[in-house]
Amino acid sequence: MKPRWFWFSGLAFVGLGVMGFVLPRWTVFLLSLALARGLAALSVALLMRAGLVSFGQSLFFATGAYVAAFTVRLFGIREATVLLVGAVVVSMALAALAGLWIARYREIFFAMLSLAFTMILYGWLLKAYWITGGTDGLRIPPPTVLGVTWSVDALRTVLYEVTLACTAVALVLIHLFLESPLGYAVRAVRDNEVRLEYLGSSVWQVIYWTYILAAGLAGLGGVLTALNVGHVDPQLAYWTTAGEFVFITLLGGTESVLAPLIGAVVFEFLRTYALKYAPYTWQMALGGMMLLLIFFMPRGLWTLRHLRFRKALS
Amino acid sequence: MTVVLETKSLVRRFGQVVAADGLSVQVREGEQVGIVGPNGAGKTTFLNLVTGYIRPERGTIQFMGRDITGLHPRAIARLGIARTFQIPQLYPNLTVLENMLLAWAAREGRIMDPWWPLRRTAWVEPAMDLLARFGLAEDADWPTYTLPEGKRKLLDVALALALGPRLLLMDEPTSGVSVREKFPLMDTLMETLIPAGVTVLFVEHDMDVVLRYARRVLVFQGGRVVADGDPQAVLTEVPAVPMTGS
Ligand SMILES: Nc1ncnc2c1ncn2[C@@H]1O[C@H](COP(=O)(O)OP(=O)(O)OP(=O)(O)O)[C@@H](O)[C@H]1O
Ligand SMILES: [Mg+2]
Repeated sequence: MKPRWFWFSGLAFVGLGVMGFVLPRWTVFLLSLALARGLAALSVALLMRAGLVSFGQSLFFATGAYVAAFTVRLFGIREATVLLVGAVVVSMALAALAGLWIARYREIFFAMLSLAFTMILYGWLLKAYWITGGTDGLRIPPPTVLGVTWSVDALRTVLYEVTLACTAVALVLIHLFLESPLGYAVRAVRDNEVRLEYLGSSVWQVIYWTYILAAGLAGLGGVLTALNVGHVDPQLAYWTTAGEFVFITLLGGTESVLAPLIGAVVFEFLRTYALKYAPYTWQMALGGMMLLLIFFMPRGLWTLRHLRFRKALS
Repeated sequence: MTVVLETKSLVRRFGQVVAADGLSVQVREGEQVGIVGPNGAGKTTFLNLVTGYIRPERGTIQFMGRDITGLHPRAIARLGIARTFQIPQLYPNLTVLENMLLAWAAREGRIMDPWWPLRRTAWVEPAMDLLARFGLAEDADWPTYTLPEGKRKLLDVALALALGPRLLLMDEPTSGVSVREKFPLMDTLMETLIPAGVTVLFVEHDMDVVLRYARRVLVFQGGRVVADGDPQAVLTEVPAVPMTGS
């Protein structure tokens, strides 16, 4: 990342951190959700770099969320840091298993398989109601953060700051990853698998590890969503949730780690306002947005970053 | 001298076409072997067989005395066989330098490194040196899809060279390269390969290139080796073989 972007994102994160204390609670809540979804979208974007479209990242999003709920229920652990780590680890472990199979597939087969996996989880979450609470889902009592039990008022802000911190750490890590040999190999997979194999490297392994990493991101997004909302339900695993992540990714773009995040914030507020002012046609509004985007900004909102410089020149 | 590559009675058919019809070839260390023959003679098929891209129905392939028949291309690549392609195989959306750096990472066995940057000084310097040798230094920051065909070909060759192979197989290295650049390209290659003791096998339609750079020529036809020996002798002895081609 060029220094300009480094400082820009650093400042943006400090700014967002301050907002947590200033903005109305409702907005802070929306921002938390947006960031969490942004992580899931980033996970979709990561796979897109390898030319893979996943319609099933909700599998790990829901896994992360439910792991938190189960941990509270079964072990009585309410510490947010433990829940976060546990959710990410379990999501990645699940990906390590599913990846053994799915990493062989490309294009529509990869998309359909990822979709199938998440629908299996959805089905199980519905049916195994004695563990999962069925359609009602499970409540997650307010967590402690760093061992401290916060007041209801303070917790909203604290959870937001936790979400923001997790997002920042994830972004830095993913950014470093994308600059690494393996990160470039991910793009090489999309471009030319034959050449990569002739360099003596395994395309399968590249996809496998990327899939696991992406699952960690989606799982993190899931557990953060669960903690902020205080509730999990099977909808988290439903394919429309995964579709939303793809939508957000296309909205934001995939060129930078910041793009899916910006896409998520725009999406969250768009949806909220669309719901408010057009309660019956908001999906149409989103569809219209998508069409405009495909025609005018096929690389997503991230394209807009050029505008500033062009204006400055004229 | 040690035998680097030895194939015994390789057979491979594609439907009715017999692309390899009992190919037995022996190549010794440090040789520069040219492969010639008409279109469809099975030259590319031979390279594909040796690099594991396709499997023989019968026959064996040995590299440095080791049986590599049926191994995966990446396993064969790791043993020290690199190849270039008739149609350059690059990463079109990565820059020339990034293409080269990935090859360098592969040479160092660090492709799966998820942490330290690909653009590390210790790699960028030798990568730029190699690019400069092929006249590609100025194109370093351009995505390879923007390069003209000739330069794509050069980069394809440079990538194979970057791996530091024991045996280099090249499929028509000078096709698509302008007449002016042909000899400089081959000079650069040979100047790098010969002192390093790398064994070279190259398929070539341009007889001037073959005469100048091969110490030995194999003539392929109908999936067989129909002549084998000193370039001058072979190419005058076998006038019946039509050498025209792409
Ligand atoms: N993957 C494949 N599937 C089907 N047929 C093939 C395949 N590869 C090669 N062939 C056939 O095998 C024969 C030998 O092809 P090959 O590409 O080895 O020829 P070549 O000597 O490299 O020719 P050229 O000079 O045109 O490159 C041809 O008839 C070709 O059509
Ligand atoms: Mg050929």
